[in-house]
Amino acid sequence: MRDYVLRRIAVLPPTLFFASLLVFFSIRLIPGDVIDLMLAQNDVASSADRESLRAALGLDRPIWEQYFVWAGKALTGDLGSSLWQNAPVSSLLLQRLPVTLELGFLALVVSVTVGIAIGVFSAVRQDTAADYVLRSFSLLMLSIPGFWLGTLVMVFPSVWWRWSPELEFSPFFADPLGNLGHILPPAILLGLALSAVTMRMTRTMMLEVMRQDYIRTARAKGLKEGAVIFGHALRNSLIPVVTVIGLQAPLMFGGAVILEQIFALPGMGSLLLEAVFQRDYPIVSGVFLVVGLSVLVINLIVDLAYGYLDPRVRRS
Amino acid sequence: MTSLLDVQDLSVVFRTERGALTAVNSVSFDLAAGETLAIVGESGSGKSVTALSLLGLLGEAGRIAGGSIRFDGEDITRPGAGRLREIRGNQIAMIFQEPMSSLNPVLTIGEQVAEPLRLHKGLGRAEAMAAAGDLLERVAIPDARARLADYPHHFSGGMRQRVMIAMALACQPKLIIADEPTTALDVTVQAQILELLKSLTRDLNSAMILITHDLGVVARYADRVAVMYAGRIIESAPARDLFAAPRHPYTIGLMGSTPRLASGPKARLATIPGQPPDLAALPSGCAFAPRCPHARELCLSAPPPVETDAGGRRLACYGHG
Ligand SMILES: Nc1ncnc2c1ncn2[C@@H]1O[C@H](COP(=O)(O)OP(=O)(O)O)[C@@H](O)[C@H]1O
Ligand SMILES: [Mg+2]
Repeated sequence: MRDYVLRRIAVLPPTLFFASLLVFFSIRLIPGDVIDLMLAQNDVASSADRESLRAALGLDRPIWEQYFVWAGKALTGDLGSSLWQNAPVSSLLLQRLPVTLELGFLALVVSVTVGIAIGVFSAVRQDTAADYVLRSFSLLMLSIPGFWLGTLVMVFPSVWWRWSPELEFSPFFADPLGNLGHILPPAILLGLALSAVTMRMTRTMMLEVMRQDYIRTARAKGLKEGAVIFGHALRNSLIPVVTVIGLQAPLMFGGAVILEQIFALPGMGSLLLEAVFQRDYPIVSGVFLVVGLSVLVINLIVDLAYGYLDPRVRRS
Repeated sequence: MTSLLDVQDLSVVFRTERGALTAVNSVSFDLAAGETLAIVGESGSGKSVTALSLLGLLGEAGRIAGGSIRFDGEDITRPGAGRLREIRGNQIAMIFQEPMSSLNPVLTIGEQVAEPLRLHKGLGRAEAMAAAGDLLERVAIPDARARLADYPHHFSGGMRQRVMIAMALACQPKLIIADEPTTALDVTVQAQILELLKSLTRDLNSAMILITHDLGVVARYADRVAVMYAGRIIESAPARDLFAAPRHPYTIGLMGSTPRLASGPKARLATIPGQPPDLAALPSGCAFAPRCPHARELCLSAPPPVETDAGGRRLACYGHG
């Protein structure tokens, strides 16, 4: 098991290197120049002004050099400064990261518990009315775009009950209830949307596993059906489900960006959107780097869970 | 002599897309404590279904449509689910044909062998694990205790079947059902597994139902033999009598081209021309009649009744005198 963990960790640095290349260059491919944006209000700016601004921001150097300067600093934890605000990217990220992490974490909890619970239940009650209803519900959650549902969740309660979520966001430790009241609706929406795939995978795998010979063996021992399902079948079924959960990590961040906008959550999503519109390269690269790192960490956890669930993968 | 297991007129029906399918049809047999009954017959003749019905493991599609099963004086034909679970793995244990897939791949061998002991004997985790180590030793797994923490994929097929045997014997059941326990194994390990099974059941004085394709095995290990065809037992007799003088044309056919017992444990059932009937559309007469060299008009009218002779042989055939 230790070797397995070490091997998983060893692939992180190269992956991160390629991710950083992607992160750094992709944003610079977007048409539109930050210098133009900055000087848009200023009709009298001469081309000399432009060049000195460019040099001041360090954007006059060859792009490869810019990358290595950025990457070298990033290794020490310095992600540069915003081009617009006089603030280090890392402190902007640190302000926003907890909100997105909380949203993502709660969404993950919702998606995994709902997905697995409904998946198991649906499989055990295969082809009953409950199975059909739950499967239709999950298909619905998958097909309805999150931004539309999110908008409904914002609009209808305020029309019907004159209730709307706080616009002022409070951190969890300052005001736990207010914080959860604000963050739970989008977390549940995001979680339910993500749970659909988990649910279908769990159901399919449970149905498959319940047909296996070792389930018959478990029954022949005299185990109760609950012990057969949870003691023998579930763990086998979860092996591919865990992989699916890992693959959903990027989707989760994508969904978070949109829902943070709708629900006025000051997370990385809103930071990213603003930065993209302003071509604030260091912020965009910083957000992508943190998201990329998070996805890698999630997948590392998934790989470890995989090794825990399936003794057969620990060797290879 | 009261019998340990008494099965009367047992029928099992499966719901299928093509309608009801009678997989086991009015089957009767009994078994005394410590006795070994072999069930032989072509594949699809209902041997496994008969075995599974004794444990109530037919699944959703299958049900016992008639007859009765008495075990140790108790009617277990349709017991409550709870009673059935008390019996399974405890008083009746089963060993399956496929050792490669019959063990749970994500649980250790120790956990799986200890499970029936914890369930039925109320042993604690440590006690049950120690007992599992003893059991693995008894089924001659080398370095048994060290292997408790291993997973099934660390074991060969023969070793897995030893684990299955250890698991089945854990609670010292009165009856062990072994459904083709060696069919999936290398010829070289088949004999070892059967010897092991025989000596352990003898030690425990457990009765055994041994389902097999192998007539050599039957001759060597069985006290009685039941021959199944298309869901019925068409002939059953003490093993010695059956081999000395098979009476049903199907039994004769099975043994016919078999180079008798001289060829040892590798003797397989002979092949008989023709196909077994479709169980969802059985002929009105004897199910074997279409393949029987001696079939007469009578054979096509109704299934022959089972008759018992003085020597304990039961035969379902109109005779071919
Ligand atoms: N779960 C099931 N559903 C429908 N038919 C079944 C099922 N299990 C067994 N059968 C049918 O019952 C018949 C007897 O099968 P089985 O007892 O497994 O034969 P064998 O003598 O080879 O062990 C076969 O025709 C098989 O198709
Ligand atoms: Mg079979």
